[in-house]
Amino acid sequence: MKSAVITFPGSNREQDVVKALAQATGKAPAAVWHADHDLPQGTDLVVLPGGFSYGDYLRCGAIAGRAPIMDAVRAHAARGGLVLGICNGFQILVESGLLPGILMRNADLRFVCRMQHLLVERNDTAFTSAYQAGQVVKVCIAHGEGNYIADDQTIARLEGEGRVAFRYCDAQGQRGGASNPNGSIHDIAGIYSDNLRVLGMMPHPENLIDSLVGGIDGRGLFASLGKAA
Amino acid sequence: MKARVTVTLKNGVLDPQGKAIESALHSLGIDGVASVRQGKVFDIVLDSSDKAAAEAALKQAGEKLLANTVIENYKVELLD
Repeated sequence: MKSAVITFPGSNREQDVVKALAQATGKAPAAVWHADHDLPQGTDLVVLPGGFSYGDYLRCGAIAGRAPIMDAVRAHAARGGLVLGICNGFQILVESGLLPGILMRNADLRFVCRMQHLLVERNDTAFTSAYQAGQVVKVCIAHGEGNYIADDQTIARLEGEGRVAFRYCDAQGQRGGASNPNGSIHDIAGIYSDNLRVLGMMPHPENLIDSLVGGIDGRGLFASLGKAA
Repeated sequence: MKARVTVTLKNGVLDPQGKAIESALHSLGIDGVASVRQGKVFDIVLDSSDKAAAEAALKQAGEKLLANTVIENYKVELLD
């Protein structure tokens, strides 16, 4: 597994992702700068980390989504390469056109920072093979714009094609009510591209890889990726 | 040449910020406000004085960056 983590001005979770990938794969990912035009030769996985790229100016992820490196990321995705966008990385993926829909202000207008349970929808993808389908995992969330919406047709297509990766739920796996932190339609916390090789998600699995800091449920995602390529 | 691009939310897209502003206006006692939708205004100065070229460039700007056409509309106005 050769992975690359892209840093934009204002990214702040890139070291957390580096740590999680190194722990799972035994190999440190390459660091790539947003103004670069190429990914390192033989890159299997590109990660867009969390943070506040360009200070969330214009719209979250809007300017980063048009950064020079994103042409290389789009070409990588078109070749069937793996792409993971976490939090601001998810916002960048929808702004760059790699995933459909958009992430709006949280329904209650508050930045939400807390532990959060997720339902793993399927485990036959490169990102989730170390989990069970229907498993409830505990990770954390920290965002002000995580309220996923898309037009009815897009939502129907995502649901019909099994492209919802994770949904917000409570510790028992129950959805709705207070277990949805931001108003996302259908409790969507993460979605896949049509070939299941691009994943965008608001929660932070990279911060739940050490029992010292709250749990290790995030490890499964990076372990899955480690097995995938 | 000066121009203005206005970006507004499409009909039907929920606007929690507009809602919060609306209720703040009500609590200030400003009467007669039925609803508020928040948008963005970009005042842009162009090098060229060619109207057609300016319109084409601004349309591209609206399409590619200033608006996210999933949820937003944009309007281009040349001001002089």
